[in-house]
Amino acid sequence: MAITDIQAFSHLTAADIETLGQELDSIRRSVEQSRGERDAKYIRRTIAAQRGLEVAGRAVLFGSRNRWAWLTGTALLSVAKIIENMELGHNVGHGQWDWMNDPEIHSSSWEWDMTGPSSQWRRAHNYSHHTYTNVLGKDEDLGFGILRMTRDEPWRPVHLVQPLANVVLAATFEWGIALHDWSIEKELLGTPPGLMSEPNREFGRKIARQVAKDFLFYPALTGPAFKQTLKANLTANFVRNLWAYAVIFCGHFPDGAEKFTVEQLEGETSGEWYLRQMLGSANFKAGPAMAFMSGNLCYQIEHHLFPDLPSNRYSEIAVRVRELCDKYDLPYTTGSLGKQYLLAFRTIHKLALPDRLLKATADNAPETSSERKFAGITLPSLPSSDTVHWLGIDPETGQRRGLRSAMREAKVVLKEKARQEKEMLREAKRALREKAEHEKDVLREATHALQDRARHEQASLRRKAARRQALWRGRQHRSN
Amino acid sequence: MSSKRGGFSVRGVREWLEAPAASVAERGGKLNVLRGAVARVTTPLLPDDYLHLANPLWSARELRGRIVDVRKETADSATLVIKPGWGFDFKYQPGQYIGIGVLIDGRWHWRSYSLTCPPNWSDPEAGGKRVISIAVKAMPEGFLSSHLVSGVPVGTVVRLAAPQGGFVLPYPPPEKVLFLTAGSGITPVLAMLRAMDRREMVTDVQHLHSARTAEDVMFGAELRDLHDRHPSFTSHLHLTGEHGKFALSDLDEKFPDWRERHTWACGPAAMLDEIEHHWRDAGIADRLHVERFEIARTAVGEGGTVTFGKSGRTAEADGATSLLEAGESAGVQMPFGCRMGICQTCVVTLSSGYVRDLRNGDEHREGDKVQTCISAAAGDCTLDV
Repeated sequence: MAITDIQAFSHLTAADIETLGQELDSIRRSVEQSRGERDAKYIRRTIAAQRGLEVAGRAVLFGSRNRWAWLTGTALLSVAKIIENMELGHNVGHGQWDWMNDPEIHSSSWEWDMTGPSSQWRRAHNYSHHTYTNVLGKDEDLGFGILRMTRDEPWRPVHLVQPLANVVLAATFEWGIALHDWSIEKELLGTPPGLMSEPNREFGRKIARQVAKDFLFYPALTGPAFKQTLKANLTANFVRNLWAYAVIFCGHFPDGAEKFTVEQLEGETSGEWYLRQMLGSANFKAGPAMAFMSGNLCYQIEHHLFPDLPSNRYSEIAVRVRELCDKYDLPYTTGSLGKQYLLAFRTIHKLALPDRLLKATADNAPETSSERKFAGITLPSLPSSDTVHWLGIDPETGQRRGLRSAMREAKVVLKEKARQEKEMLREAKRALREKAEHEKDVLREATHALQDRARHEQASLRRKAARRQALWRGRQHRSN
Repeated sequence: MSSKRGGFSVRGVREWLEAPAASVAERGGKLNVLRGAVARVTTPLLPDDYLHLANPLWSARELRGRIVDVRKETADSATLVIKPGWGFDFKYQPGQYIGIGVLIDGRWHWRSYSLTCPPNWSDPEAGGKRVISIAVKAMPEGFLSSHLVSGVPVGTVVRLAAPQGGFVLPYPPPEKVLFLTAGSGITPVLAMLRAMDRREMVTDVQHLHSARTAEDVMFGAELRDLHDRHPSFTSHLHLTGEHGKFALSDLDEKFPDWRERHTWACGPAAMLDEIEHHWRDAGIADRLHVERFEIARTAVGEGGTVTFGKSGRTAEADGATSLLEAGESAGVQMPFGCRMGICQTCVVTLSSGYVRDLRNGDEHREGDKVQTCISAAAGDCTLDV
């Protein structure tokens, strides 16, 4: 079972978690207070650059019957769509720029270039996903309803097609998101059945506009290059889908991004909420260009802690969050984009299989663990090995022993335990083999003895028979 | 998409074409068909999203303007002359105010100021083009007003909200008029006077203006000039630095016929409260028009009456109760989400008054969009929900 008690899992006391929360609050405060012209310039420039790239891409596509023009136009349009989706649509929709009080760059009015309406996405994403991050049954982003991403979810035969579902989801990501948000919107609003309900109409309108724009109006505008422009638009959407999918999956599904149960939500303090965001998300390493193209979601941990702070500040926030992780001995999950994706990829494929083929449980699997992982783990180095969750500062090293150390120790202990078990198994096998050998020997000896005896008896019988024969022959001789 | 089912009609097609530009329809006119058609290919953006990158004044989604002149009126007040961008309607009524948004340190600050110019005004000094003007008095704690009076450079692009307000002079003006103003309360009345002057319809008008000293009188020279040019207009100055506050009991002596006059009053909240009482006691409240510049704030702005504009309900809330809770307790359908200030689902516009962000104490005011789950009333306020 995933984490039910974050305090026990994190190896922190309630007071620790509260101070951690206060420290994160003060990071928020200092960023809020220093927001200003520099940040506003950043977002305005991003918007201008994105619009520029899009216009340039669309313009070049007028000549898309030429192969180079097609490639250039498609590349420009792909980049424009990625920026629009990640740095603009996603981040503006989070209210990261609401502080500017600019009605045109505001979460309540921004519409993005994706299939689903922004308003539906905002409810599903900002509310459901960001409030209940990685809580099983509450956060529908956990596998997007089609992938099994944790062993807590019971296996069903349909999960066998997971590898294929994953590829389809990646290629058509915007449609997956649109359908996902639409169904959550209807669920949250308790929409009455009927085709003409408001969420349905909004959904239909947006899809019609998006499809008409990319696959009808723009291609038609380029006249004889209709087919090529259509293909270019299709490709740009596809490229954006793949990239968005990769960024999202690297943010939540690599090993170390933990899952939680609804029990954790009961009476959750704000410090615990912060902690859940920290432990439930994962970063990937990126240079400035890649960070920008990911909408700064390479800083997924920071984004989940402060979803409404301006994205251009995440890199400096990250430095401070890492310091806190060091201070409280908490893990800070990060790695290269490739590594993070491969870990997610591994989980997708592993969990397609039924549980009986999997070795680990939901308490100690690489993709999710729980406080039970540490139960029964005792280390000789610990002062009192009878307490399972040993908290506080190590008197010898002066270091706080928290989750990160516990994870490391658990790894060592579990490895050691596995080694010992293997050793025991080997011993037992040897003993069995020896016993079998011994029994074989005994058996062989017994057989020998029996054979000897048989031979012996045979000989004596033979002798007896010979004697009897001689006697018989003598008797006959006499009677003749 | 309101085209008729099963057949086309010109109107239906036109409406369909205009649909994406519907929000600017009242300003766009015939151009909206084109705007709508272009919006079909630029969706989800409007053509404006591209246009205003080239020239901020070309946006029709939002009114904009450029400051073309800043004229000092007194030591702490100035007139701003603004050339509005595409789609501004110059047919407002004298006495109305506009919303103006100014960018400072990356943040847009919105305030409302009375227009001081008559409708359809063209300033000779601005090349004869149609412009508008407002007068701003720097308030001691007024961060934006100080910026506008002494810091805003000519050429600055501002956002504008269309003229509005019911504090207006009817046309034709009443036979007998009394204007009671104090401080910057003179600004809407000045627009009325200028309009009367331009239309040459100055009826029997008495104006009493209070200011602390003679130097503090905004538009003093112009008032004197009007006084001299129009025999039916009398301008009275009351200097509170010398004579103290004008006592309403002196009205009978100064303007014996004040009960017969239509009165327009504008000034500090306390003065208007007093005037309202006085007129009500005299049984002629229907002849009084007042304009309040600021919502009276209770001491240090802790709690107040929250009015929910669209649903018409109200709730009393203390400084620790979130607006969301206050609304829900009053039975208002409030948008809500995470209830902790992260998801922006509960954002509504603050139509008037002040609220405070419970997390960091930041103050929000009229025109701001606020997160109701983490904001509390800081004095009486109205939410657009």
